[in-house]
Amino acid sequence: MEFQKVKTVLKDKTIGIAGCGGLGSNVAVALARVGIGILIIADFDKIEESNLNRQYFFYDQIGQYKAPALKENINRINPNVIVKAHTIKLTPKDILDLYKECNVIVEAFDKAEMKEMIAETVLSELPNKPLVCGVGLAGWGGNELIKVERHDNLYIVGDHISETSEDDPPIAPRVGIVANMMANVVLELLLGKDK
Amino acid sequence: MKIILNHREEFLETSNASLTINELLKLKKFSFTRLVVKINGKLVKRENFDLASFSENDNVEIIHMISGG
Repeated sequence: MEFQKVKTVLKDKTIGIAGCGGLGSNVAVALARVGIGILIIADFDKIEESNLNRQYFFYDQIGQYKAPALKENINRINPNVIVKAHTIKLTPKDILDLYKECNVIVEAFDKAEMKEMIAETVLSELPNKPLVCGVGLAGWGGNELIKVERHDNLYIVGDHISETSEDDPPIAPRVGIVANMMANVVLELLLGKDK
Repeated sequence: MKIILNHREEFLETSNASLTINELLKLKKFSFTRLVVKINGKLVKRENFDLASFSENDNVEIIHMISGG
């Protein structure tokens, strides 16, 4: 498919991204670069210096809320993307309100309990909606361990075991790999299989 | 009991004809606390881990949700 055709298909698509940290910011930027129509992004947090080891923000944005700062960065890359940015700590009800019309939902939270919450919410209330989750991305190396596992409409991307901790922090390369693989799953869902 | 666990055939050492999710987690010594569980493709919510059960040849999925993002 020519890139012009790719852009034409993606222009009419809406993706919901829950969380604007390491996964969310990088998924959003990848989808913006290829011309997604609408991104609905949400995060309650502000940018800290420690986030810059993996998240798509800049030093002069420290202290700003992540969702509007990410919208600004996305539109500097591609002004044609409509970005709806919400500064909010998502509840199950918010997830349904914000994301029920999306073509695909991307789980990009940090905490395991939030990942469980969105998976439970989407699988029980929107069972036909594709949900792409990032699970297992701490540390470095181990490229060959990162994979996509499908459970009906739930797609789990990552190595499935590397939990972040003081001794195994999330850092740019591996988080970026998982985020871009998640964006790649989204494209496959929207455009059909290519490879 | 023979089931499909996470897309793979699994033989469980039990004399019971059916097991609940909590019994399975104990038997398999699964220690991650945040899970998404499905029996034959249907979501089992956490509050039903003691009630929802499966038996021979059922398809069980236990997906670990771990922190990091």
